[in-house]
Order: sequence, then structure tokens, then C-alpha cells
Amino acid sequence: MAKIDRLEKTDGFRVVGTRPDRPDGVDKVTGRARFGADTFAPGMLIGKVLRSPHPHARIVSIDTTKAMALHGVKAIVTAQDFGEVPRAHKATLHNVMAHGKALYEGHAVAAVAAADVSIARKAVKLIDVEYEILPHVTDVDAAMAQDAPLLHEDNFTSGIDPKPEKPSNIDSFSEFGHGNIEDGFAKADIILEREFTTEAAHQGYIEPHACLATFSEDGNSEIWCTTQGHFLVRDTCAALLDIAESRLRVTASEIGGGFGGKTVVYLEPLALALSRKTGRPVKMVMSRSEVFRATGPTSSSSMRVKIGVTNDGKITAGDAHLNYQSGAFGGFIAMLGAMCAYACYSLENVRATGDEVLTNRPMQASYRAPGAPIINFAVESVIDELAGKLGIDPIDFRLMNAAKEGDRSSYGPKYDQIGLVKTLESARDHPHYQAPVAEGQARGMAVGFWFNFGGLTSISLNVNTDGTVTVSVGRPDIGGSRAAMCQMAAEALGIPYENVRTIIADTSSLGFNDTTDGSRTTFANGLAIIRAAQGAILEMCGRVAKIWDIPQDAVEWVDGFAKPCGPNAGDFEPMGIAEIARKTAQTGGPIAGHHEVNAEGAGVSFSAHIADVKVDEETGCTQICRYTVVQDAGKAIHPSYVEGQYQGGAVQGIGWALNEGYIYGDDGIMQNPGFLDYRMPVCSDVPMIEAKIIEIPNKGHPYGVRGVGETSIVPPLATIANAICSATGIRMTQIPMAPPVLLKAIEEHKKG
Amino acid sequence: MNYQAPTTIEGAVSLLSEASGNTRILAGGTDIIVQLNGEHIDPDLILDIKRINEVCNISAENGGFRIGAGVSCSQLTEHQGVMDLWPGCAEAAGLIGSTQVQGRATIAGNLCNGSPAADSVPALVAAQAIVRLIGPDGIREVPVENIPTGPGQTSIAPSEILHSIFLPSTPSRSGDAYLRFIPRTEMDIAVVGVGISLTLDESDICTAARVALGAVAKTVLLVEEAGAALIGSKIDDNALDQLALTASAACNPIDDKRGTIEFRTKIAGVLAKRVALIAAQRARERVTGRIGEKS
Repeated sequence: MAKIDRLEKTDGFRVVGTRPDRPDGVDKVTGRARFGADTFAPGMLIGKVLRSPHPHARIVSIDTTKAMALHGVKAIVTAQDFGEVPRAHKATLHNVMAHGKALYEGHAVAAVAAADVSIARKAVKLIDVEYEILPHVTDVDAAMAQDAPLLHEDNFTSGIDPKPEKPSNIDSFSEFGHGNIEDGFAKADIILEREFTTEAAHQGYIEPHACLATFSEDGNSEIWCTTQGHFLVRDTCAALLDIAESRLRVTASEIGGGFGGKTVVYLEPLALALSRKTGRPVKMVMSRSEVFRATGPTSSSSMRVKIGVTNDGKITAGDAHLNYQSGAFGGFIAMLGAMCAYACYSLENVRATGDEVLTNRPMQASYRAPGAPIINFAVESVIDELAGKLGIDPIDFRLMNAAKEGDRSSYGPKYDQIGLVKTLESARDHPHYQAPVAEGQARGMAVGFWFNFGGLTSISLNVNTDGTVTVSVGRPDIGGSRAAMCQMAAEALGIPYENVRTIIADTSSLGFNDTTDGSRTTFANGLAIIRAAQGAILEMCGRVAKIWDIPQDAVEWVDGFAKPCGPNAGDFEPMGIAEIARKTAQTGGPIAGHHEVNAEGAGVSFSAHIADVKVDEETGCTQICRYTVVQDAGKAIHPSYVEGQYQGGAVQGIGWALNEGYIYGDDGIMQNPGFLDYRMPVCSDVPMIEAKIIEIPNKGHPYGVRGVGETSIVPPLATIANAICSATGIRMTQIPMAPPVLLKAIEEHKKG
Repeated sequence: MNYQAPTTIEGAVSLLSEASGNTRILAGGTDIIVQLNGEHIDPDLILDIKRINEVCNISAENGGFRIGAGVSCSQLTEHQGVMDLWPGCAEAAGLIGSTQVQGRATIAGNLCNGSPAADSVPALVAAQAIVRLIGPDGIREVPVENIPTGPGQTSIAPSEILHSIFLPSTPSRSGDAYLRFIPRTEMDIAVVGVGISLTLDESDICTAARVALGAVAKTVLLVEEAGAALIGSKIDDNALDQLALTASAACNPIDDKRGTIEFRTKIAGVLAKRVALIAAQRARERVTGRIGEKS
């Protein structure tokens, strides 16, 4: 066996930790990069979806005669065009195309393929659907009422023993915790119990969903689409259309934002079904209004939080109940929320329970740390109020109760090496927290947690004949990950960053890869790339041993060169990767490495945020004056893109805290399905977000990487609420804290 | 759908009178193109006026300025003369959409779109702007406040084209200002907009004032009681409180996704005070020769 530079390292990096330009940067700023809607095929048709105008209605009949008679209309698909699917895919199918009932305004009822977009639009209007309008419910608490309109007559809450006798809109119940809550509260000197609500927020990716599907006469098919997980698109579409996975090749386009929202299929099965019916490629692109009305935002919620504390600042018990509204089909977001509720704290007695609630809204989809920001708003608000009552600095109070290595987490497992204390200390010592609060402003802080994930990973690494390296990965790059992949490959091989190129391979080129979500990509891909590089290095050392005619274990790999070692040290000039690559025809053929793994050991991470705000007490408008994120990255492979993730999460959280939110009328129709009235922050709404990277290495990764993409959206809601409370004396319990809401609270507060 | 781009105003008027069906006049297109793409309108004729030279200029006239219907918001905010004489009107034009949108959008289009929340309209109403319409029967001059008649509706006849908007001269020691409330900092639509124009005498007593409110009723409102609250005062706290009360009292808004009745009514008063102070400051600075100085 050849000797290799130590594979695992926490220092002495050459490429890791530097800030090279991202490989996809030039094409993105010049407009050359191809996104979901940027591809075309000969003979291509355009597909459009007919969507339900009603939030809840039985579909009595669908008559497509007039639409089909329109010149240029090639095919129409409805629920009838899809057969039975495995149970695991039923909700997806019924969300992609309404079966029997339309469950939310915007639910797909039929899809048309036509020669051009104007014909397709006309055809959609010519489809006659007879609806029997049913009572609807969009509010989470109203949906839980005994007499609420029932979405699914066969929904019996799971997670309850014994199984309920009557169906309801509660999809599932989950519970986490340990110790004895009542004992814990009995030991408390102060107990606070508060209720909170939050509204649904959309991921707000700029690129709408788009795809091009081609179904050939020979049964092979292809999809090009914007997605966070093309393997998921392949497997889901194959199941929904009953075709073999080997017969469907999915290529991921460049992606204009996902944030969790592109982990679900919407258009792809429809385009593929239309293509199968017409024998022509079918392209589909959503409008912004469709994105808002038919794709998943995160949950809205109502929550109750109760925390007990002793006079000297020790939390004796934490209890929480969450009702998370997940739209027309259930998921597991309330469970994730319940798991995250008290994850920052070391508690002897803790309980968090969650109800996943069905409503006549679009099916909830993941949004950056799904479920965590919502409950974090509630828990960190109460923590902040307790710190105030005790007269303890909010960071000190959190430090007094912070989870540490070896502690049992509130969701079950024991923590390995975690960076919460270091993160909080770094926030406390940060110049922002140390600076006096400016005149007219007020300060707030909060801390948040996210798990981070690993999962199924398959990568391949090819040494080209000129000694450069191409890495093929199976997860779309949604945040600059290709740069980090190149850096880790270059680091492991001992070659320059510029000599490595990473591509996102299609689903026929690699084994299954889990979707780019759960902050897994740099962790899991990176782990696999380092192992694949190790394989290639071993192979290269073997080839060189052959050339030199010395034993394989007399060759070592140092800084990109094979060197003779041991008794043969100094016998030959070191041979670099380019020379080895040139000689592959003579030494046994191409050189490659690959690695397949179900990556475990993704390290959890914590993020502490500090905000200085100014509240206009005459208008209720909150201005963010200064904002700092302190977060543990394990090891920042490309610090600029890590900082970008911190800043991006903070900005999305700020938008959610202050102005974003789904607005429904009594008619169950979304009133703000566009960026004018769904108010995401614009650039001038936020200051430069200061990003401080902490590095507590994750033992599960050779270089110590933890996921960084999601944790940063967890604390902003509470951070801003806590700052607003410092500014006004008002504890806001409702998100968004939009000017009309805050002004009303200010005026009521002034009245006393 | 037919698209025409005549090069003379006469040509445009004659195309318009010959047209049957639904016609839309296109200037910057920042409303119409969006409405077309959103399938909210389906016109038979689009009449583009941007190739008519005489409506694409700002010209000095009787101590004021004539703003052609095709003049973009950027042209307006980059025009030193307009910035000096009617800074509030120019600022309002500079709030519409984004920088890119302002390169295309026109205040004439903003007016013709008929939105109660149009940013430039309260400022124009406060400025006593006069609209010139040209139709088959000739020219009609109309005060700007008489143009909007309801959301999306105007008093412009189907056969008429808005030719230009005239911003008059002002007495010395006059100033105007416009502020709007939006929950963000830009690229948004007014929840409430307030335009005020006023004149002070040598002892800083207000001798004339016009107060216009946007987004608080079916059309932009000219609130005479609010103007009266300022006239005769030194824009002191009492006058400002009275201004706020009368401005709020004039509101007849709706509850919608952008704001509640309660909120809009309250904010109209809050903004009116802030706008009056800026306008008064500008009126005082006129004398000291700091006109048009950009901050």
C-alpha cells in the first residue's frame, strides 16, 4: 500500500479556506448559464396547467371537447391519465394533479400541450370543469376545530395510540423530550407561558419552476428541469408514470434559487405525461402567481411555550406545543419543529409536541431549516423575556443553560462535539455586541439550531490525460458548492484549484444521490470526493511503482507528486500528476476514483444573531440598522460562500419576521400571489450583514465540515422580535411584525 | 392585436378616432406590458406614442415646465429646472418602481393608469398641474385632480390622448414635497402617499397650501381643509396637528392586503406632518439661494 498525506486534517490547508472565484460565476453574470426555462427541442410543445379557482371543491366533471377542438392543441391530461401508484407516492400524485377534489386554490386540475403559449392559454380557458364547491379552511386553529371542513375523509391522526375513531385534519402527532415536566416546573421560581402565531412564508426563489420533457417512441425519456434533486425527480416521475428508472434520464439545469422549495415535483410528471401522449417534447414554465398559489411555502402556525426557571437562572423545565399547518397534504414539519424547539438547551425536563395540520392551502414544502425558525421564534422570545425578568444579560442567560458535548439533546441523541458555547461567547465578545447601542435604536439577540444531514452519495473523479481532474457529483449546486467540491478535490490531490472542474452529472451517470437539502452537499459530497481522491492517489502510486519497478509501498504521495520513499528514497525524481496521466495508456488505462456512501456524522450547528433596530413609533415600521451572524461552520471550505449562506439566511429571516406572509381572504383565495404584495426584502431594506465564522471541527468529516446553509434562517424572527421588544417594550407574539400590526400594538401599549 | 407607432400627435389622434374595439395608449409600458403578460387586458390596438418627438421633451413655458407624455421619470429627476422648481414632483417620479423602471415609466402613464396609489399624482395635484389632452375636437386643458375618476378609470375620453402635463411657475418662498409610506424602502406601492405644496410670506406665515393624499380613497384626494389648516400659520405644532386631523378625516380607504383602514387613516396624518415640514423648509431655503442643491 502506498503512503498518502494524512487524509484527515484540521490545519495545514493549502486550498481549503481560500476564496477562489466560483466555477459557475462567469456564465451566471454574463447570462450564458442555462436555467430551467432556457432549453428548447425541435418540435417542442408548450404545456399549461388549468388550476382550481376554488379552495375546496369536488370535481364533478371535466369536459375537454372544446379545448381539444382548438387548432394547435395536441393533448390534455387529467387525473385519468395517471394510474395507481405506490402508497408512498400517492400524496405527490394527488398534489401534482387533483384527483376527485381540488384541495386548494391553484390545485392543478388539467394540463394542456399546444403548439404555442397563446394557444395553450386559450385552451386552458376552454376546458369546462363542473365543481361542487365545498366549505374550506385555511387557518391552522380553525382546521383543528371539531366541525372544521374535512380535507381527507380517510385521515386518522398518526402517532396517537390508540388510533383515533374519527377522521380529522390533524395528519400526525409527534412528541419529543425527557425527564418529568411537572417536577421541573415545581422547582421553578418563575414560570412563563406564552402563545404565538406565525404566517406562511414562501422560499421566494427568483426562478420559477420550469422543465422540458421528452418521451421517445422506444420508451426512453428525458427531463431537463430546475431542481434541487434530479434523482428525486427521476424516481418520483418514474413511479408516477410507471416507467423504469433506467429509462428516464434527468438533467438538472442551473438553478435560480431553491431554499428547499425545489425538492418536490410539480410540472415534471405533467410534462412527461403530455409528451408520452403526443410524442413531442413538452416544455412547461410556471408564472410567479402559479409559484405562489401552487407550490409549497412553509407552514403557518400557532404555538404555546412554557418555561420555568430558578431565580439564579437555571431552566428547570421547558414545554412546548406546536400546531403547524402543512397545506393539503401532510409532511413532517411539525415533527422537525418539535425536535428543534429546545435543542439549544441542556435540560433535565423537556417536552415538545407537534400537530401537523391539513388545510386548504398548497402543500407545504421545505424551506431552509424547515420548521425550526417558527418554534425558535416562540422559544427564544420566552427565553428573552425570562432573561429580562431575571436581570441577566441575554447571552449570559443562554450560556448558563447552553447544551454542551455529552449532553442529551431535547430530541434524543447525545451531542458530540458541538460549538454552541463557543458561538455564544464569540457573539458576546463580538464588536457589535460590545458596542453601545446607538441613539434611537435597540438591540436584540437569539440563538438557533439545525441538525444538518448527510445521506446517499455517489461521486466519480476522473484524472484526465493532461493531469487535470473532473469531478462528477449528483447534487445540484444551489449555493456555490462546485467551488467547494473543486477545493476539496484539489486539497486531497495536492493540485491547484484551477486544475479541477466539477460538473453536476445526470441521473444516468452516477448512483442515487439524495437531494441538495438538509445542508448536506459540502459535507457528504466532500467526504466522498476526498475518499475518491484517495482511491485515485493509490492507483497513481501503483502506476508509478510499476514505471519505476519498485514495490508499491515504496511510493508516497506528497503535494501532488509521487515520490520514492523508504529504502528507495531519492532513487527517482518525483513524478507529478500530469506525467502520470500522460502515461496511462502504457500503465493500464484511465485513472479514476469513485466513492459511494450513506454519509453519516453530519455535525449539528448553532447560530447566534444580533440585531440593532429602529422602530418608527408613528408608523410601526422597523428598520434593521446593524445585523451580525455568528455561526459554527466546522470548517469553512470557501469562506466567502459560507458568509453568503449566513447572510442569505439572515435576510430571508428578516423578510419573514417583518413583512412576508400569505394573505388569505374569507374566500380562501391567496390575495398576494406576486412579489409586489408578497413583500420580500429588497437590497436597500437590509444593512450589510456581518458574518463571523466559528470553526469547531465536525469529527464526521475528514476536514471537519458541518452544513452551513440552513441554521442562519433559524434565529432572525426571534432576534428581531427581541430587538423590537427592547425598542418599544412590546413583546410581539405574531409574525410578520408588519407596520400595521406593530403600530396597533404600540398604540394599545400607550393606552395602557 | 394591432400595434401602431405614429410619429405625429395628429397621426395618433386620427388612428385613435378610427380605432374600433379596445385601445391602449403605450408610453413607457411599465403598466401595460405587465397587464398584457398577466392576461389582465386584451387590447385590439396598442398605440405607442414614444415616436412622437413633441411629447418626449420637457420645455420651459411661462416660468414653469411642460412635461411631454412620453417623458420618462428619469428624464424628470435628471432635469435641474424641474428639480429646482418642483422637487416634490420630481421626487415622486423618482419613487416609481425601480431605477430600471424609471428609465421607461412616465408620469403621464402613472396618471392614466388610474391607480389611487400612483406616486406622482398627489404631488402633481398639490402642484396644481394642468393636463393637456388632444382629441378630434382640439385641445382640452384640465386640472390634474379632475383626471382620475376611480380605480383604473379617468375622465379622458376614448378619443383623447394625454399630450403633456404643465407644472406652473411658483411665487418665491414656495416649496413642495412628497412622501409615501411603504413597508419596504423601495420597489413598492404606496400604502399612503402625501403631496404638499405651500408658499410662505417674508415672516414665514403660510399664505397658500395644497394637500393631496394618495391610496386613501378611490381617487387621489385634494384636501382643502388640510391646506386651510396650514394657511395663516407658521407651520407650528398646532397647525401640524390640525393638518394631521384634517388629512386623516378626509381618508376613506379600504382594508386590503396593503394596509388596514385604521392604519391608512392614521398614517395619512403622520405623513402629512412630515411632508409639510419638508415643504416649508424648502420654501424657506428658496430665499437663501440653496435651490436645487442635492443632498
